[in-house]
Amino acid sequence: MKPLLKWSLSAFAAVGLMAAPQAASAQDCDTIELGAAISLTGKYATNGMHTQNGYEFAIDKIAEAGGVQIGDKCYNFNVTYYDDESKGDRAATLAERLIQQDEVQYMLGPYSSGMTKAIAPVTEKYKIPMIEAEGASRSLFNKGYKYLFAVLSTSEQYLAEAVNLAADVAKENGKDPSEVKLAVAVENDPFSLDIRAGVLEDAAKYDMDVVIDEKLPRDLSDMSAILTKVSLIKPDLLVVSGHSKGAATAVRQIEEQNIQTPMVAMTHCEAADVTGNYGDAANGILCATQWAETLKYEDPIFGTAANFEKEFKEAYPEYQGKTVPYQSAQAAAAVYVFKDAFERAGTLDKDAVRDAIAETDLMTFYGGIKFSDAGNNIAKPMVLRQIQDGQYNVVAPAKFASHDLIYPRK
Amino acid sequence: MDQIISNFNLLFQFPTVNLKIIIDGVMVGALFALAAYGLALVWGVMNVKNLAQGDFVIAGGYVAWFSSTQMGEYSIHPLLGVPLAFIVLWGVGWIVYKLVINRVIERDLFTSLLATFGVAIMTAQILNLLFGSDTQSIQLPYETLHLFGGVVDLPIAKLIGVGLAGVLALGVVLFMRYSRTGQAIRATAQDPRAARVLGINTDRIYAFTFSLNAAICGAAGAIIVMAWVIQPFYGIVYSIRAFVVVTAAGLGNLPGVIAAGLGLGVLEQYGALIFGIGYQQAIAVLLLLIVLIIRLAQQQRVRQALQ
Repeated sequence: MKPLLKWSLSAFAAVGLMAAPQAASAQDCDTIELGAAISLTGKYATNGMHTQNGYEFAIDKIAEAGGVQIGDKCYNFNVTYYDDESKGDRAATLAERLIQQDEVQYMLGPYSSGMTKAIAPVTEKYKIPMIEAEGASRSLFNKGYKYLFAVLSTSEQYLAEAVNLAADVAKENGKDPSEVKLAVAVENDPFSLDIRAGVLEDAAKYDMDVVIDEKLPRDLSDMSAILTKVSLIKPDLLVVSGHSKGAATAVRQIEEQNIQTPMVAMTHCEAADVTGNYGDAANGILCATQWAETLKYEDPIFGTAANFEKEFKEAYPEYQGKTVPYQSAQAAAAVYVFKDAFERAGTLDKDAVRDAIAETDLMTFYGGIKFSDAGNNIAKPMVLRQIQDGQYNVVAPAKFASHDLIYPRK
Repeated sequence: MDQIISNFNLLFQFPTVNLKIIIDGVMVGALFALAAYGLALVWGVMNVKNLAQGDFVIAGGYVAWFSSTQMGEYSIHPLLGVPLAFIVLWGVGWIVYKLVINRVIERDLFTSLLATFGVAIMTAQILNLLFGSDTQSIQLPYETLHLFGGVVDLPIAKLIGVGLAGVLALGVVLFMRYSRTGQAIRATAQDPRAARVLGINTDRIYAFTFSLNAAICGAAGAIIVMAWVIQPFYGIVYSIRAFVVVTAAGLGNLPGVIAAGLGLGVLEQYGALIFGIGYQQAIAVLLLLIVLIIRLAQQQRVRQALQ
């Protein structure tokens, strides 16, 4: 055998032997089965896919990091998914099936407040802990559920910060915040109505004048009538919430109708890909987000928020060139909370795990996670990003801002 | 109530806004009319109430969107999406006719409604499966004209769309009036048995009519995606409007369909401004109820007079 070939084979064998114990340990891990009914088809399919990708990315990262350590044993997560077809009744049926037939003892949440509302009574009935990442409606957290936990901020906080920002700008310009005129256009669904409630509560604090308060239909494709009113009444801040169709319609028609409102804030900018679809027309828009890759959050599994963004894009190349949606980030955080709770509980007993989840006090790449008695996360603020030259830059709250607000929007 | 009153007052405080509302209404109404025109054909000729009307519209929108934005270097100009959607939906209409519609033509109303409702659900689900549930639109590289001191906005994309809708509607009217096939369709609509006796292949005419309806819807969808937004489950929006327009205009009154479509568009824009955009669809349904009540009352009067 030639010396070079002999040396190469020896080196290869040595590397193989070094790798062998790791591979063996990964195989030795048992499995913790989680269940999830997710919208893989139907109107929420896109965000359902973002959620599933977040779950799967976190499961892989946790496995890479040695799995979930309970006592002296390690476990990896595996999720049994069912497609709820974006229908609440189907989501509830599937939750029953996961618990009754598949004997799942722990659940990850579905996409949207509506689906979570359908599933939560089922998981509650069977005392199955569910950590959810995509149901933000605060009406989920006033029903006394004991087994429902949410890593995301509740929906009334989404755009409340825009009202504070408008008040701050008014003060900087020598005006009283009560002089700010506010226009609100939100979809007539639980999520957006919560957003409206949060905005109106904050506006009332400043005694702002709500000059337009409209509810958008679920099948919105034209909001020119509202924008006509906006162009006549000239509010200082326009708030829009209507999932991705609301964001897409608003950005397109605000440009078409040359609406000059100095501050426009909305939800679902990334989901509607307003920068990709509408280019410069999206500049200056304020977008509510649960999470941003520029935030200074960090944990031992995912690293920094920026690292999560980078590795997630490597794992899912379809996100290259786009902003990773916060729906994926919070889904990953939900899995991480399960890992943390299992390890602290030191057992697979679901009631002990439930109690450990309730006592969570964790810093993650997604932000702090600490649950109130009602199950919602009280350790993480919402942030506002402004689209500046096609980039999503955090501008509020001030202590999280990476860029200054451009006012009036251009 | 205060909001409604203050909205109503805007019409007098800013009179030019009326012009904007009418123009917006005509633009959207032209597309309602186009979708309704196809429905009137199918309803009038085949006595089929097609609940998949709006879903064909959305399917046409997806054909135009996909061919002009998702095919990389082979993407076509968005305006070419209109004839392409016309052709593709023609094929879809023919397939749907052969698989479903020809089995329900002479059946009762409930059967045809159920069958076309199934087609509507299938179409929406297939679109969702193929293209996802995101809202889609096409950005035409044209500016918006701002007239009357910026009160009236005329996006050139919408103007082109309405122009295309007008050309298509005129083309169909001329085709129906002057072509042999158009005359055969009208003859079949009046008396299918007599048409068969005269040598008209009514099955072929039915297939042609249904395909033509789907093609018109497809072209309307291609125009909509250039000027507004589409989503797989938006079909119901256009189905409801099409039914309202045909009911308001009356069967066989094709010029009336155009007028009713434009009228509904303008009425909805006024309603959205005064009562709120959330009531836009309710206005269409309310109008449908009013028209039905009036028509029933008229029929009753005629029946009483005959007795």
